[in-house]
Amino acid sequence: MAILGAINPMLTVGLDGDNAWRLEDYVKRGGYSALRKILAEKTPTDQIINEVKKSVLRGRGGAGFPTGLKWSFMPKYVPGDKYVICNSDEGEPGTFKDRDILRYNPHSVIEGMAIAAYAVGAARGYNYIHGEIWEIYKRFEDALDEARAAGLIGKDILGSGFDFELFAHHGYGAYICGEESALLDSIEGKKGQPRFKPPFPASFGLYGRPTTVNNTETFSAVPFILNHGADAYLEAGKPNNGGTKLFSVSGHVNRPGNYEIPLGTPFSTLLEMAGGIRGGRKLKACIPGGSSAPVLPAQTIMDCTMDYDSISKAGSMLGSGAVIIMDETTCMVRALERLSYFYYEESCGQCTPCREGTSWLYKIVHRIEHGQGRTDDLDLLRSVTTNIMGRTICALGDAASMPVQSFVKHFQDEFAYHIEHKKCLVPPEIQRAGSGFFKATV
Amino acid sequence: MLTKESIQRIDREIGKYPQDRKQSAVMAALAIAQEELGWLPSEAIEFVANYLGMEPIAAYEVASFYNMYDLKPVGKHKLTVCTNLPCMLSGGVDAGEYLKKKLGIDFNETTPDGRFTLKEGECMGACGDAPVMLVNNRRMCSCMQPEQIDKLLAELE
Repeated sequence: MAILGAINPMLTVGLDGDNAWRLEDYVKRGGYSALRKILAEKTPTDQIINEVKKSVLRGRGGAGFPTGLKWSFMPKYVPGDKYVICNSDEGEPGTFKDRDILRYNPHSVIEGMAIAAYAVGAARGYNYIHGEIWEIYKRFEDALDEARAAGLIGKDILGSGFDFELFAHHGYGAYICGEESALLDSIEGKKGQPRFKPPFPASFGLYGRPTTVNNTETFSAVPFILNHGADAYLEAGKPNNGGTKLFSVSGHVNRPGNYEIPLGTPFSTLLEMAGGIRGGRKLKACIPGGSSAPVLPAQTIMDCTMDYDSISKAGSMLGSGAVIIMDETTCMVRALERLSYFYYEESCGQCTPCREGTSWLYKIVHRIEHGQGRTDDLDLLRSVTTNIMGRTICALGDAASMPVQSFVKHFQDEFAYHIEHKKCLVPPEIQRAGSGFFKATV
Repeated sequence: MLTKESIQRIDREIGKYPQDRKQSAVMAALAIAQEELGWLPSEAIEFVANYLGMEPIAAYEVASFYNMYDLKPVGKHKLTVCTNLPCMLSGGVDAGEYLKKKLGIDFNETTPDGRFTLKEGECMGACGDAPVMLVNNRRMCSCMQPEQIDKLLAELE
């Protein structure tokens, strides 16, 4: 079980035993009651969308866009096909929450998607699942078979006249497909390259039809909101930051894993839940929202609460809720080098500033790390980032730039030391000990 | 070119999409072809394209865009190690180095007996279980400390 702790859980409540993912167990936990009620009462779609709006459920994939508002963009009076898409292409370094939702509570996603489909008038949906998690993809297909056999998806659901067909689409290794318009192209059987926006998916989405795309965790929260009411959801978090959130804690902690906590919980509480820093060492830095979010030094993050507004005020982003913990054994130059390689590798190549710029960023950080840094390299790095940001079709260019800017800003001395002394401030054997791989050296 | 079983699996994938959108099944069809053949020779890509009624170049674009397709032959067991930052902090890079030493090959190389190919991977969305490895794109192995790696290699021999 990789969901290691929770405070007032909504998404992961009652997930005990090996069969928690099965339909029977989900129904025992009260599953599909929200969908049943909506279909039986023929709840007006506006009422559902307003309830989701009122809950201030914000997109859990990274952007934090209000879900109800997104649903309300779907055109009401356009005839023909409409689609609901779940984005489970979870590849933002540090993030592994959707995998656990699909593994332990897949029916909550199916129910959330069916409710969304009813609310926006869609009759077909796809769940796009990250390529590397084949076993989870198979499990989701099994869950779909169960739901289909029980008449919870498919034609004329529960005799209501409402049709919703849902399928799983398996990715095959491209970070960029987490960007919603690239994901849509990928389902269409093309290279996953982001589309120019506008038009947004609500007017021109999958196969050119109105489409709404939400994250796995977002859909998973929908049944709770409709069962218990928007107020109960909102009150669990803090104003403008409704509900609980799954945080994936990775890096130098004793108990890396997923933790479901109300938005607004202090960072220090989350760190404590994750068992604190390995070997009793000191926290050095934290990336609070996935690798694309700016890094924060220890003293800044220790004062934060885990919600969109607090993290944003501290100069970073809550993003996907991926909390990457780095202790004092971390060389910040090496850490940034690996992240920069990732963005260089995953740039889809269609916009020149990103394609060329991410290559530059990686090469410069690489040469600093390898003792060939030049005195003006930090200025050059800053200049490359400002020439990428805001000049590309999607956010990958910005995502590649923000780590560079924040690492250099907060750890400038360490970068300068690297350039001047041609070596790490943190000795290699200390870095090696930090990973805990070779236990003998710890 | 492909067995009846593979074709049946491809047909099932085609059934997920609207009738005039067979191309949507190209990713799954290529994955199924690769699973059967071990890698994706041009003829397989062309076969898939023809089967789905799309241009071969469009299928090739897909095959060359996504990381998990192998356009060159690989060993019997393809081992992909995640070395991205969250994994690196918990030994992902060390695991890669350990495997290189054990197998006597670098990343993107295959052992002379054709048994193993080693690849460096990007985030697999399992950072809490680092170090993480993927065997033949399908089986994810968690918490791969030296003992677990030794065990896995012995099992795959």
